Amino acid sequence: MKVKQLVIAAALSVGLLAPVLSQAAEQFWAIPSYRVGPYGANGQSFYGGFIDYLTYVNMKGGIDGVQSAWEECETEYNNAKGVECYERMKSKAKAFPGPIHTMSTGISYALVDKTAADHLPLAMMGYGLTSAVDGSVFPWAFPLVTTYQMQASAIVKFLKDKNAGSLAGKKIVFLYHDSAYGKEPIVALEAESRLGKFDLIEIPVAHPGNEQGAQWQRIRQEKPDYVIMWGWGVMNMTALKTAQKMGFPRDHMIGSWWAGSEEDVIPAGDAAKGYMSATWNVSGTGVPLIADIQKTVYGAGKGNLSDTSKIGTILYNRGVSAAVASVEAIRTAQAKYGNGKAMDPDQVRWGLEHLNITDARLKQLGATGLLPEVKTSCDNHEGSGKVKIQQWDGAKWVVLTDWIEGNKALIHPLFKAEAAKYAKEKGITPRDCSKEK
Amino acid sequence: MFYRETGQFKTSYAADQQIFPIRQDRIGMVLLLVAAFVVVPLIAGSYWFNAILIPFLIFALAALGLNILTGYAGQLSLGSAAFMAVGAYAAYNFQVRIEGIPVLVSFFLAGLTAAGVGIIFGLPSLRIKGFYLAVATLAAQFFIVWCLTKFPYLSNDSSSGVISVPDIAMFGYKFDTPQSRYLFVLTLVSLLALAAKNMVRSTTGRAWMAVRDMDVAAEVIGIRLMQTKLLAFAVSSFYCGVAGALYAFCYLGSVEPDGFSLDMSFKILFMIIVGGVGSILGSFLGAAFILLLPIFLDIALPWLAELVHLPFDSATVSHIQLMVFGALIMFFLIVEPHGLARLWQIGKEKLRLWPFPH
Repeated sequence: MKVKQLVIAAALSVGLLAPVLSQAAEQFWAIPSYRVGPYGANGQSFYGGFIDYLTYVNMKGGIDGVQSAWEECETEYNNAKGVECYERMKSKAKAFPGPIHTMSTGISYALVDKTAADHLPLAMMGYGLTSAVDGSVFPWAFPLVTTYQMQASAIVKFLKDKNAGSLAGKKIVFLYHDSAYGKEPIVALEAESRLGKFDLIEIPVAHPGNEQGAQWQRIRQEKPDYVIMWGWGVMNMTALKTAQKMGFPRDHMIGSWWAGSEEDVIPAGDAAKGYMSATWNVSGTGVPLIADIQKTVYGAGKGNLSDTSKIGTILYNRGVSAAVASVEAIRTAQAKYGNGKAMDPDQVRWGLEHLNITDARLKQLGATGLLPEVKTSCDNHEGSGKVKIQQWDGAKWVVLTDWIEGNKALIHPLFKAEAAKYAKEKGITPRDCSKEK
Repeated sequence: MFYRETGQFKTSYAADQQIFPIRQDRIGMVLLLVAAFVVVPLIAGSYWFNAILIPFLIFALAALGLNILTGYAGQLSLGSAAFMAVGAYAAYNFQVRIEGIPVLVSFFLAGLTAAGVGIIFGLPSLRIKGFYLAVATLAAQFFIVWCLTKFPYLSNDSSSGVISVPDIAMFGYKFDTPQSRYLFVLTLVSLLALAAKNMVRSTTGRAWMAVRDMDVAAEVIGIRLMQTKLLAFAVSSFYCGVAGALYAFCYLGSVEPDGFSLDMSFKILFMIIVGGVGSILGSFLGAAFILLLPIFLDIALPWLAELVHLPFDSATVSHIQLMVFGALIMFFLIVEPHGLARLWQIGKEKLRLWPFPH
């Protein structure tokens, strides 16, 4: 019976395949997402939020009248699959693209050159190739909002403020996932430790990090004042549990923003209480925009997530923030190149480079405090460099601080140097940013 | 009827010993090469080059490398991805550190470096066999990845440990379009495949096969085990090393040590198991099967789902894709345990008798 129905349905649909309707120009978002695989849970929340916001904007009349269309392709957080997805979708995105978000450092590394060659904007919000902050070498790549190095510097600043302005003589352990992601902030922390005269001990954890006995044994011997942790996935909860077992106080541990979501602390249970982490977006459905998405999009049954309990989690809100910044970039471009029109790659790129999301604008969007103010330019593709510190109270993340900015004067020259090295290896002649309008 | 060698007489040893003794095979091969070198570059788009053809050729080369070691010399290895990593990082270092070195030279040196590393990790094969050797080569997998992460010198002090490769240029010509890269990869892979085919038909290849079939007997008839096994490791690692360099330079453009994981080694091993252990053609068929089938399913499933109005989201498609893929691997291994290459061979034998089978 079932088979018969299927056959009939198939036959009908072949007959009814309507000719493609000619439509007004749409902004096309190629979304290389991941919802299965080891990090699938994280991807579900992030891309759920991202797509929900696009749906929300569409329902509210589009980006100044321009509707968004999108296509997802499953990458499983795998670089080769990510490249395949990008190649598959790029021809559709050629005309009027939305910035591409991979939420994977590895995939974005692989796409930096390809997107530059194809002239498509690549956004890396809170991950990816951090030297792309220098827009003169990387015109098409945007590590928006903030980077690992600035985050590390902001965490150090937070600790400094906690210790009456000086960390001299203190001992800080940097416990990191031994991969590109975990190693990026080391240069920044080393620079900070020379400046602030504190001891820095670097302890790597091999992927995936579900066994950290040796590392925490060492931490116990060293008796550090703080542990800064750059973990991802299963490594985070293992670290919290092992710290509890070894008797290290969790309120002296600070994680990066990829080590500070509900997915990291809830599995650790009791051991996570008091643990702090950095974040560039707040959690909760208290933000008016998130509440409105829940009401409008989910109320109409158009929500992307089947598990609605994820709405308002850190990663969901991060997905929304990423979409907010991307949509704002298109609006910025529209203000220059023509309201009510779909934007082509060069115009979107211009929008990303001249982004100016002020608190007033965030308030209009109902996103006050969701993400920091962002103002980009040709030499600063980061645009903010600010994070908040939050603490897990056993049931939810409590924000402890206002936006903290890292030491830009110390960190940004590091990006410049790294970008210059990249330009030399690749034979790229940097643009002259003073000539960019 | 069409595929029959009636009337093709061989009048010299050379004619009898050529790679394709049957005329139809020669014509077929020439047509295939013409298609690959001329027709494909004219009609394929950049998606085909960047996402399908280039990775297919690169993985076919790596599978070929592993097939030499496992299929011909009988030494089971789980370190293919690690040898690819050695090739990729070595080629990168030669390119970055030696000013103006032609890219082919650095690829060749990268292959040699991988061969050297392969010999070192092949040493245990003199004492241990089978599954135990697989475990020993597993050590290569972990050690090499660890080593590349541990020493920043190897990634030119990149703060993240990720290398981003320079342009591929030779004699002032830049391989920067997908077509030119495809042709570059295709040329290298064709030459290396030809070399491999000839190698396995030569004394060396026969010595490998003798060792594979029974090493004591091989030793008794005068084959030196140490040289033979280590040579197999060296040649195999050379192929994997070149494949790794191509993987970094022509495919991804930027690689990190973690990318060359055990998963990738398994993938290459599955390629030769599905394609055919001990067959050059099998390496290509296996690579095509393992690499292209998931992509095909990925594209076809949502389309099929839409056709019958089933509400599939991309996560469901991925799950179904995995299940179908697994089921197909099992199906092929049950139908033909000797791999796709053997299926092809049976097909050829049947064709020779067609339409009058006895």
